[in-house]
Amino acid sequence: MPNDKQDVTVGEMLRRHGISRRGFIKFCTAAASAMALPPIMGPAMAEQLINARRPSVIYLSFQECTGCLESFTRSFAPTIESLIFNIISLDYDDTLMAAAGAAAETARAKAMQENFGKYVLIVDGSVPTGAGGGYCTAGGHSAVDTLREAAKGAAAIVCVGTCASFGGIPFADPNPTQAWPVTGIVGDKPIINVSGCPPIPEVITGTLLQFVTTGKVPDLDEHRRPKVFFGNTIHDRCYRRPFYDQGKFAKSFDDEGARNGWCLYELGCKGPTTYNACATLKWNGGTSFPIESGHGCLGCSEPNFWDKGSFYSALSNPAWGKAGETSPLEVLKIAGAAAVVGGVVGAASAGVGRMRQHRQEQRSVDNEPKGG
Amino acid sequence: MDLLSFARGPGLKVALVVFCLGVAWRIVAFALLRIRRDLNEPRASLLRSLGGGLVAVGSRSWPHPEFIGRTGAGEALGYSYHLGLFAVVLLFAPHISFFGSLFGVTWPALPSSVITVISVLTFTLFLAVLFRRVTNAVMRMLSNFDDYFSWFITMLVIVTGLAATSHIGGPYETLLGLHILSFDALLVWFPFGKLMHAFYIFPSRAINGALLARKGAIS
Repeated sequence: MPNDKQDVTVGEMLRRHGISRRGFIKFCTAAASAMALPPIMGPAMAEQLINARRPSVIYLSFQECTGCLESFTRSFAPTIESLIFNIISLDYDDTLMAAAGAAAETARAKAMQENFGKYVLIVDGSVPTGAGGGYCTAGGHSAVDTLREAAKGAAAIVCVGTCASFGGIPFADPNPTQAWPVTGIVGDKPIINVSGCPPIPEVITGTLLQFVTTGKVPDLDEHRRPKVFFGNTIHDRCYRRPFYDQGKFAKSFDDEGARNGWCLYELGCKGPTTYNACATLKWNGGTSFPIESGHGCLGCSEPNFWDKGSFYSALSNPAWGKAGETSPLEVLKIAGAAAVVGGVVGAASAGVGRMRQHRQEQRSVDNEPKGG
Repeated sequence: MDLLSFARGPGLKVALVVFCLGVAWRIVAFALLRIRRDLNEPRASLLRSLGGGLVAVGSRSWPHPEFIGRTGAGEALGYSYHLGLFAVVLLFAPHISFFGSLFGVTWPALPSSVITVISVLTFTLFLAVLFRRVTNAVMRMLSNFDDYFSWFITMLVIVTGLAATSHIGGPYETLLGLHILSFDALLVWFPFGKLMHAFYIFPSRAINGALLARKGAIS
């Protein structure tokens, strides 16, 4: 039996943990289904994975809240979740690993050295660059330096969560730590963004599984997100969509429309502009998702979702106020001031017109032939 | 900043300022225009003249029986697309929500499917209006850039709105952004083009009617 955990194939590791081949094929079929791959891909994925060596994965946490990791570890089937940790060799995650301090950093350095060019780098959180990178340090190294160093030997980088993908909340105006997404720091590596605040656990595991199985970066959208999970808007797949089409909207969170499950568009739902799989994969084992629980989508998997106006203002409404909403009083002030200025300009132009008219009349009177 | 955020944020704010400033400018300038004094002896009292003005607002808004055969179709076309526009602008739920956030007042909406049907009809009528303008020799001679551009910018709002609600032609955020941006453009153009007739049409008819009534003519 091989000793080094990187040399152990996935099949061997599964056998050690008492997971049957049949159970694993079922998992792969479910994963293939979640990724909208043909059913035949399930067994094929299983075969590929069983004989594959477990890829080294390094998980770096930067400026984040650990919500993404919480999501990652709360997949709806815990045994499947543990399976994921057996398919990959998670060599560094300072939140999950038992080792700490120098031992943990040594493990990361060793994994990076031994798997140079082959490991998958998962990044969770944005990267602060302000104060010389001093807003986020671990083991005496700034996040930005750690990322640059770890990215050099990575086969691919998977950004887990909106912070790593697009900067997220730390990136929001006024961005006090001068935070950047990974794409703002690393430019020469394949980068897959799995956005969401947090992302759906099955989307994280599905993306990793697809990369590990095929060794290729999946088809990505313009924000480098896997199209298979981010190809549709939540609105497109929302069970409340028929009510949108019928023009039936809830006006408040406790009115008759809300109780009847009508569309939450007017209450600020960002489903029509948010690309994610919440409406299909859902959360907590397919139990529900925010809209099904009665709250509009916040658009958390989109870039700059924090700075796109109020969560409770409809997408088509004006959004220029401080909180992204517009109050009638503010509109009245702006419109009134503009109208006063316009009125003054209008009066001035009318005055100029009258003066010209008067001069013309005066001239025509002067030019009239004098009677004898 | 993405297109939608710009269109409903700073773009809309600037457009609203230009609209209010421009409309106030045009109305005040119009109201303060010097009307040449009529030195003739009035044929009607001031009250009757004002009444004549009000009558003209109504009578000039309806085809004259004598000319109905020649002007009826055009007027029906005009009324139809105006009514269609009013219904779409004022009775579509997201538009009501838009106005509600601006003015703090909302009202009941028509079902979205009904609005879609009205929008398509209005779109068709708009095409018919352009066809008439281009094919009718007199109207073609009377038309200038202002007429065509005012038609174009209004049509742009209708088309982008239809595309956004039916999710045809691109991602919703892009279509909605284009729809609001085209509305911003319409607001900017409004005071300086023939769209300003929305404010001028009834006062100008009333003034003409009152001046004619003063001379003893019935509108």
